[in-house]
Amino acid sequence: MSPARPALRRPPLLGPGFHRGFGRGWLTAGFLFLYLPMAALVLASFNASPLPARWGGATLRWYRELLQDGELGAGLWLSVEIAAWAATASVVLGTLAAVALTRYRRFRGRTLFGGMVSAPLVMPEVIVGLSLLLMFVSVQRWFGVPERGALTIWMGHVLLGLAYATVVVQARLEGMNPALEEAAADLGARPLQVFWLVTLPLMAQALAAAWLLTFTLSLDDVVLSAFLSGPGSTTLPLVLFSRARLGQRPDINAAASLIILVVTIGVTVASVLLARAERRRAAELRAAQRPTG
Amino acid sequence: MTPAGRPLHATLLDRLVSHPMVRRHGRATLIGVPYGWLLAFFLLPFLIILKISVSEMEEVTFQDLVTWQDGRLTLALQLRSYLAILGDRLYLVTYLISLKYAAVTTVLCLAIGYPFAYFMARARPAAQPALLMLVMLPFWTSFLLRVYAWKGLLMEGGLVARGLGALGLGAPAAALGLIPAEGLWLNTPFSLVVGMVYTYLPFMVLPLYATLAKLDVRLLEAAADLGATPWVTFWKVTVPLSTAGIIAGAMLVFIPCIGEFVIPELLGGPSTLMIGRVLWDEFFSNNDWPMASAVAVTVILLIIVPLALFNRYQAEAREVRR
Repeated sequence: MSPARPALRRPPLLGPGFHRGFGRGWLTAGFLFLYLPMAALVLASFNASPLPARWGGATLRWYRELLQDGELGAGLWLSVEIAAWAATASVVLGTLAAVALTRYRRFRGRTLFGGMVSAPLVMPEVIVGLSLLLMFVSVQRWFGVPERGALTIWMGHVLLGLAYATVVVQARLEGMNPALEEAAADLGARPLQVFWLVTLPLMAQALAAAWLLTFTLSLDDVVLSAFLSGPGSTTLPLVLFSRARLGQRPDINAAASLIILVVTIGVTVASVLLARAERRRAAELRAAQRPTG
Repeated sequence: MTPAGRPLHATLLDRLVSHPMVRRHGRATLIGVPYGWLLAFFLLPFLIILKISVSEMEEVTFQDLVTWQDGRLTLALQLRSYLAILGDRLYLVTYLISLKYAAVTTVLCLAIGYPFAYFMARARPAAQPALLMLVMLPFWTSFLLRVYAWKGLLMEGGLVARGLGALGLGAPAAALGLIPAEGLWLNTPFSLVVGMVYTYLPFMVLPLYATLAKLDVRLLEAAADLGATPWVTFWKVTVPLSTAGIIAGAMLVFIPCIGEFVIPELLGGPSTLMIGRVLWDEFFSNNDWPMASAVAVTVILLIIVPLALFNRYQAEAREVRR
């Protein structure tokens, strides 16, 4: 028998000092890898020289030119519109799917349902895009609709967003304390009242997170949009992709930096707000569950 | 108010859905709406490409598969596309190359991502939300633009290209065949793998972190108390307990990588032929819809097993959380 050792809260791999140093180093290197390209884009967007490999001093010229770029502007507007509608529909459908999957343990075709919900998470987008497009073409042959355009892009994005929204909402539903809904019911609330007054507020943060996630997914999508777009429905990523294929360009660097800035601010603000709401909710929960006598 | 006989843990939503009114229509709506959407926009499209892959293409439409003429029922299946895929070495090579790059990306993501998630889960609890945020943030910013950024970093005179050259890595990389010649980093197998690992790393880290953060520290202490060295504890306790996360993460990387299009197009150059690009070209350049559909169908066949694995372990990873 080996002698009893003092219990360690975090058992180290090769001694605590090495463990800490190695861990920090690994995390730092990993984050460098993740953030270096973004930093480089921002830096390049201020490069006065149109030749990407040379630094020609700092300038705001590319940002000024961005304002005059009608194609980008139109693409951005269309993308935001599609993304907002796609996110809304994804969250509604995803919530229904998540509730169905968590509350009904068995119904006919549940396995197929679960598989179809999560498959778009990993399915290569070229396959989803191609099959959706060929379906739309077939349907159009019979009924004359839908025309390829913003509507078909929206449908594709909802399919993708539905999968992500379901995962987010489902995780929340499964972590929810059933006692809260029980208590409301025992205090005399009717089922729909409880849903509106207890369940929905408890899910609110998950719904907000799911909306933001599906919004950015749609805003970012290239492949589905390429298959499903028609004449006149060129989204922002399609414009950027067709230019990015040609190589490094100052206009894309400037557009990219702006997108990074907006997303960073947006996500940081949103997550701070969500975290604060989460803490408040947790505190209220603790207060509510404190034994009173 | 609790009806007798109902278990106490029955949640209110259970009650909501067991209400007779809701039960009659609510349940059907709740399941039916998303189900119908998925049948129409996910399953039906696959059946349609399956049909198109064996159809003969006419000027603008397809011939019907089944025809009825003069008392003769004819089923015409056009197998040209599948024969081409089986017979042409180019397709076979493309499938193998796609599988190879997907596998290499998955292994590298796991090798980088596992320690990453492990140390994240062992960081101070107060720091963990911020670390998690930092992993998620790239995920929210445009994937297209982040891949594009690597073009600038790896081209001749780019920051990373110069750094790698200064480290003297050019010659070994060229000797290994990762790049065609010293100093040419962009549009090579090397840049393709860098782009794929970079893009998919968060997909590996997040499920791993989810399982590792839940890991009961007392089990590790118990192993240590029973005399296991930290190394043994790691392999016998930590790794087996994170299997669900490893498989979910690996599939989350491997499956989409097989059909990846944007990264090979931007970073791969002409030598890295991947199946997503072949499908794209068959459709957009050759306008050969049956061929593109046949390629899609074969890719689906290729990923069915990993897909089933993903479904199973994703559900399992969720169950652990409860």
